[in-house]
Amino acid sequence: MMRALFTLGPYAGLIAAAIAAYYLFPSNLGFVTTVVVAMIFVLSLDLVMGVAGISTLGHAALYGTGAYAAAIFATLVSADPLLGLAVGAGAGAAIAFVSGLFLMRAQGLTLLMLSIAVTEVLSSLANKYSGLTGGADGLSFTPGALFGRFEFDFYGQLGYIYAVCVFLVVFGMLRIVVASPFGLTARGIKESPARMRAIGTPVYWRLVSVYTFAGAIAGLAGALGAQSTALVSLNVYDFQRSAEAVIMLIIGGTGRLWGAVIGTIVFMTVHQVAASADPFNWLFVIGALVLAVVYIVPAGLLGLPEMVKKLTGGAR
Amino acid sequence: MKGLQVRNLNKSFGGLVVARDITLDLAPGDRKALIGPNGAGKSTFTNLITGILAPTSGEIRLDGRDIGRLSEAQRVKAGIAKTFQITTLFRSLTVRENLRLPLLERRGLTARMIGRADADPALEAEIEALLAQFKLSAFGDAKVDRLAYGQQRLVEMAMTLALRPRILILDEPAAGVPSSESPLISDAIAALPKDLSVLIIEHDMNLVFKVAAKIIVLVAGAILTEGSPQEISADARVRDLYLGAHHD
Repeated sequence: MMRALFTLGPYAGLIAAAIAAYYLFPSNLGFVTTVVVAMIFVLSLDLVMGVAGISTLGHAALYGTGAYAAAIFATLVSADPLLGLAVGAGAGAAIAFVSGLFLMRAQGLTLLMLSIAVTEVLSSLANKYSGLTGGADGLSFTPGALFGRFEFDFYGQLGYIYAVCVFLVVFGMLRIVVASPFGLTARGIKESPARMRAIGTPVYWRLVSVYTFAGAIAGLAGALGAQSTALVSLNVYDFQRSAEAVIMLIIGGTGRLWGAVIGTIVFMTVHQVAASADPFNWLFVIGALVLAVVYIVPAGLLGLPEMVKKLTGGAR
Repeated sequence: MKGLQVRNLNKSFGGLVVARDITLDLAPGDRKALIGPNGAGKSTFTNLITGILAPTSGEIRLDGRDIGRLSEAQRVKAGIAKTFQITTLFRSLTVRENLRLPLLERRGLTARMIGRADADPALEAEIEALLAQFKLSAFGDAKVDRLAYGQQRLVEMAMTLALRPRILILDEPAAGVPSSESPLISDAIAALPKDLSVLIIEHDMNLVFKVAAKIIVLVAGAILTEGSPQEISADARVRDLYLGAHHD
């Protein structure tokens, strides 16, 4: 009973928050949907970076490929949103597998640089094959009706509900995976690849598997992002997208999934508010936030209650 | 032929020869120690056996099967396991989680993405048995970096044993362990399964003479001599080169 409450409690909280956001920001559902899409993307990054310890600054490669795949599929084959999601996830997984075959042989700074290089290559390819991707003009498309019945509306109400449902499914699935033997192995690799090899784990192939699985999630986020805006342009491969995802994860706290959720909400809210208040200097606020978190709560906002508990315990 | 057979093993890095024509047998139940001064090539030799390093030439066979081309992970699956000279554990995981990983790996379950890692009662029972065997039952839920160093060495040994190896290489199991905790290590080695072949690399001569039936002396990458503890302690060359005047 307690375990069920422990498992379902956070879900109830998430659903309540999603419903509250729907009613609190009826004219800003487009933005809220963007936050939900970003949460899925950062969850994928958390699996790679926070759980398995793979350093990357090229996660946008997986997101962008999923976005383009879904848009091209919608244009050429079928506009069904769910099929588009599946295609986006498949494309994200495929590009993660192919690039992972050589990325996972590197580590540290080399890996960071190579991950950026992969994104740049894909961005160039998307630009070069403009007949398919729309090049610098982007590729606009119209997502079909959900389940062949529910049309996406101008105010983004259905888009928001759809994105929240996808997020809940992804979040639940990731919680299962992280608690599984596969997840424990990924944590073990992050802690000590040498020890994992010494217990017989094929570390390289396991890292490729983690990266491929995360690629599917990032690709799915890309597809969802494309469907929610009905447009894909070259900015899906922006370095900024990868870098901001890392910052969101650091703000929230790595390796525990919830950190990805909290970090994304905080980052994007602060970004939105700060950019509205001062369109030229909003980056100062983001920088200050990151500095504050890194220096005051190195474990991220998720580590805040534990830190407060320690401090108050120490004061007694 | 049962056990580990190493024949004419050589390893060099450019002009630097670190293993020179090493031939060694480890039969089931053997308790052998590999000793030698710092830089003799002991850890290099274990790295060659476990597949961390590839030999320049020579043969490594396990039960007659050539394992020289197998990866490190494949050699573990074949039955060769080692502990590290410097304790290498999953420091932010609990003792139970540290033991769970090799058990999951041995059972081929680590690729499973559905179902909790701690859901298998048989596997959990095996963890409890290992905790009891190494007197760690009280520390199952503690993170390993909270344990005393001697206990961390025991966790490492328990993890290795969880793989049910046939060849166990203990690379300086007592290194860094305070003398007060040293009996924990020697007792644990004494309690290892009788049919397990053990090769122990160690500088603590008291421990070596206590647990090893045969001692191999390695100097400058080559075997100088091999014999019983009595023969080795009586060997003038070994005394000069390694044991020195301290050992009586």
